[in-house]
Amino acid sequence: MQELIKRAKELLADGTAARVLGWRRGDLPYNPEPAFFEKEEDLDRFVYDGFCGANLSKMMIEASRLEGKTLVFLKPCDTYSFNQLLKEHRVDREKAYIIGVGCRGKLDIEKIRAQGISGITAISGAENDGPDTLKVRTIYGDRTVNYGSALLGRCHVCKGKEHKICDEQIGRSRDTKDADPYEEVRAVEAMTPEARFAFFQKELGKCIRCNACRNVCPACSCRKCVFDSTSFDSAQKANVDSFEEKMFHIIRSFHVAGRCTDCGECSRVCPQGIPLHLFNRRYIKEINELYGQFQAGEDPEATSPLTDYLAEDPEPGIIEERG
Amino acid sequence: MQVEDKKEFRPKIVAFCCNWCSYAGADLAGSSRLSYPADVKIIRVPCSCRVNPMFILRAFERGADGVILCGCHPGDCHYSTGNFYTRRRMTLLFSMLDFIGIEKGRVRVEWVSAAEGAKFSATMNEFAEKIRSLGENVRLGDIRCRS
Ligand code: SF4
Ligand code: SF4
Ligand code: SF4
Ligand code: FES
Repeated sequence: MQELIKRAKELLADGTAARVLGWRRGDLPYNPEPAFFEKEEDLDRFVYDGFCGANLSKMMIEASRLEGKTLVFLKPCDTYSFNQLLKEHRVDREKAYIIGVGCRGKLDIEKIRAQGISGITAISGAENDGPDTLKVRTIYGDRTVNYGSALLGRCHVCKGKEHKICDEQIGRSRDTKDADPYEEVRAVEAMTPEARFAFFQKELGKCIRCNACRNVCPACSCRKCVFDSTSFDSAQKANVDSFEEKMFHIIRSFHVAGRCTDCGECSRVCPQGIPLHLFNRRYIKEINELYGQFQAGEDPEATSPLTDYLAEDPEPGIIEERG
Repeated sequence: MQVEDKKEFRPKIVAFCCNWCSYAGADLAGSSRLSYPADVKIIRVPCSCRVNPMFILRAFERGADGVILCGCHPGDCHYSTGNFYTRRRMTLLFSMLDFIGIEKGRVRVEWVSAAEGAKFSATMNEFAEKIRSLGENVRLGDIRCRS
């Protein structure tokens, strides 16, 4: 972390970057938040640890409109999102100075709590080059947690630790992939239609339409969104009509089909714990099977599958026929 | 006898037809006196690819029991390639509907040219029969909340 701060100060001082986009300590030990830093002294609050799951690439849309370059820290998975935004002309490469940061997997506070831990006041050992065991101080005494046991679901299916785009790299990464990304999708596919319907009705019924999944998604970058309400304040969070209420999840996931990099942010931020990645990954799995292997954000020059076609593509009837 | 009739399920079917082929095909079916169920409501669109997947979801939300999308045969689209995009888009939409547990067969894509009045009529009769056998669409109108 000190290395990142030192480098950020250098780049601010020599005029390469006009500002820094990183993470700032939050009010709890496990909730750092994305932040812009304009001055060297502001960087005292900069943090990069296991809780910095937030993908900063979407904030580069805003930063691309500002004067001068923004130094942005991107984890390996975040670089896919940045590439996808580049491809969609939403960010300006010239306005970004990208430092690819190493990653040993990011933490899910819920998985720490699930180990029977509550009343957390401090956590140490979450640094990127930290130990394998987290020390958790709580109002009920001290506890320890194995770092690997508290990883976000997405880190278990990590696309790899290579930065797809960056100007320089700092920090080491560790391999965290130990599961098949489509395992959960297959488990749902194996159920009967009735069971699938019941499963989704139960999961989606939990949704409070906070819009967090949309707001965080780097693929959801439309200037005007179909889900924006014309109302102000709390009313804008409510469903515009019953159509939206019922179809939100199908529409949201369809809008990002072919563009979703599977960065995992939607599932991370959902306050209701809805497995939104199931929708995204089902699309990715189908696209791979029907139209050929495709990874959004891998190559900013590649044509995305929904803006492309082949004369010999299967007919939509294949869904019914394949049984 | 009248009471019996009332019980019979009459599906509501929405058919999106592209102006250049399928709508003309429907016209030909009509002028050739080929019948198709009165339950099929045709919505004319400039091209099959004008149909946003949301139109299909909206039709279901408004009470449709089945939705069919008809366009020119691949390669014959009036706008050259529109229906090629339709094909991928609809395949993925249908796949998602299947994934969340909606009965297969409530949605369909058929290519019908302006000369295929008979195919139009046969397709609609067959689709209406399929929807009749599936019964009323309950699930898609109600993917959230009520159970
Ligand atoms: S983040 Fe979760 S609760 Fe909020 S709108 Fe999305 S799915 Fe619903
Ligand atoms: S849909 Fe979810 S996983 Fe996909 S790009 Fe958006 S936030 Fe990331
Ligand atoms: S939900 Fe659809 S319209 Fe809204 S931002 Fe995402 S892609 Fe755009
Ligand atoms: S004009 Fe008929 S499908 Fe495009």
